[in-house]
Amino acid sequence: MPVNAPHHIMKRFDQEMDDVKKLILSMGALVERAIENAISSIINQDESLARKTIERDKTINALEVECDELTRNIMVRRQPAAGDLRFIIAIIKLVEDLEHMGDLAASIATTALQTSKQPSNYYDSIETMGEKVVEQMHNALDALARGDIEMAIDVIARDKKIDKRHRAMQREVLTYMMEDPRSISQLLNLSTVAKQLERISDHAVNVAKLVIYITSGQDVRHIDIKAVKELVNYNNDKPGKDKVSKAPLSDEISNEESEVE
Amino acid sequence: MSSSMKISIKQLKLWYGDSEALHGIDLDIKQNKVTAFIGPSGCGKSTLLRCLNRMNDQIAACRIEGKILMDGENIYDPSVDVVQLRTHVGMVFQKPNPFPKTIYENIAYAPRIHGLAKKGIEMDQLVETSLRKASLWDEVKDKLQQPGTALSGGQQQRLCIARTIAVQPSVILMDEPCSALDPIATLKIEELIDELKQDYTIIMVTHSMQQAARISDETAFFYMGDLIEYSDTEAMFTQPKEQQTEDYITGRFG
Repeated sequence: MPVNAPHHIMKRFDQEMDDVKKLILSMGALVERAIENAISSIINQDESLARKTIERDKTINALEVECDELTRNIMVRRQPAAGDLRFIIAIIKLVEDLEHMGDLAASIATTALQTSKQPSNYYDSIETMGEKVVEQMHNALDALARGDIEMAIDVIARDKKIDKRHRAMQREVLTYMMEDPRSISQLLNLSTVAKQLERISDHAVNVAKLVIYITSGQDVRHIDIKAVKELVNYNNDKPGKDKVSKAPLSDEISNEESEVE
Repeated sequence: MSSSMKISIKQLKLWYGDSEALHGIDLDIKQNKVTAFIGPSGCGKSTLLRCLNRMNDQIAACRIEGKILMDGENIYDPSVDVVQLRTHVGMVFQKPNPFPKTIYENIAYAPRIHGLAKKGIEMDQLVETSLRKASLWDEVKDKLQQPGTALSGGQQQRLCIARTIAVQPSVILMDEPCSALDPIATLKIEELIDELKQDYTIIMVTHSMQQAARISDETAFFYMGDLIEYSDTEAMFTQPKEQQTEDYITGRFG
């Protein structure tokens, strides 16, 4: 498995691809931080952190626009093919997932500003779910950085658990509402937060599926996890498919990770 | 696979003197499809193309082993009449090479030799049909008696295609048919190729991968005398199976 694909004859093409990789990983790191901060602002009723998170969404939006410019430029100038083409197509889609995740984080932060602290255990549930969702997001980005199909499959598989947790939280919030009808409007807000976290995990799944597309060429959207595994394994058996675990973004991973901490 | 095989190349080896230029090529070419041969210079793609109408016979030091079955018959069988073969398998070259004759004569010359049409109305019709099929009729119908060489490069190339069509081939070989043409003339030829495949099996050598991607149904990638990969064009350009193919089509070849 070649960790470093051979360079393009046209050096500037390499540079342009690198720029896209760096940008998408920085954007991913920002979105991940935004989600963490949004959750933290809800749980700790941290108004200032909530405002910062909302403000920083502008940066994420600007990166989306910048990424589109870079990919458009590559499409026009380089007419990418094969792995390069799959990468660019995937990035064009993936950047939207990241941007939506950023919006969801900002929306959660906005809820934090509108909700006064509720004396309920529901925050524990949000915190736990939040951690899981951030982990999903983190792993999806890791899978992207490493071109790691197994990790991508893991993200897709874990989404079921997130969905299950979300449903449990919906039931939980109903019981709190019955216990104290005066808190219903606040609890409705918190219930929306749970829904938004669940949506973030869905976007992480989209990213993971695009990682599989980049690395294996298989389009695994709209199929269940069993079929995904079969498709990818099937491909692994094919001759010449050993490049499946190529690491498209491997060079940048270490830098970006330190930025996330 | 629904579409039938027109040509089946079996373990084809070719030597120029002592040097082996093709190392045992196996390749099936589908009828009424456009098949593109791509690969770096010297990979054997033009050599293989020229085998398909035995153009290499002209080269004294050239030796061939293996078979090329066209509609099931080996074109290298001693009983095959090469002249007849070349009416079935037409060829269009890189540089347009019309005869130094009138446009009309460029088309009529070969059919007359082969006795495909009588002088007069029958020949007029054949000339018109051939020029129409080559999308050139409207541009030249009023100047059929002018020299073919007076046409523009793109028109000359379409004239050469019309000339090929006139002898009613079933296969058309094209060796970089657009590399001497400007982009608009290139697009016209590409549009023409797309139309012609309804009636002919087309095999083209091209250095332009974008061209292969634009018009071919199947693509074969050659490297140093070997067929590295052969597949559906879309698959080849989005998801090649071989690393060498990937490196070549993404511009990474060292």
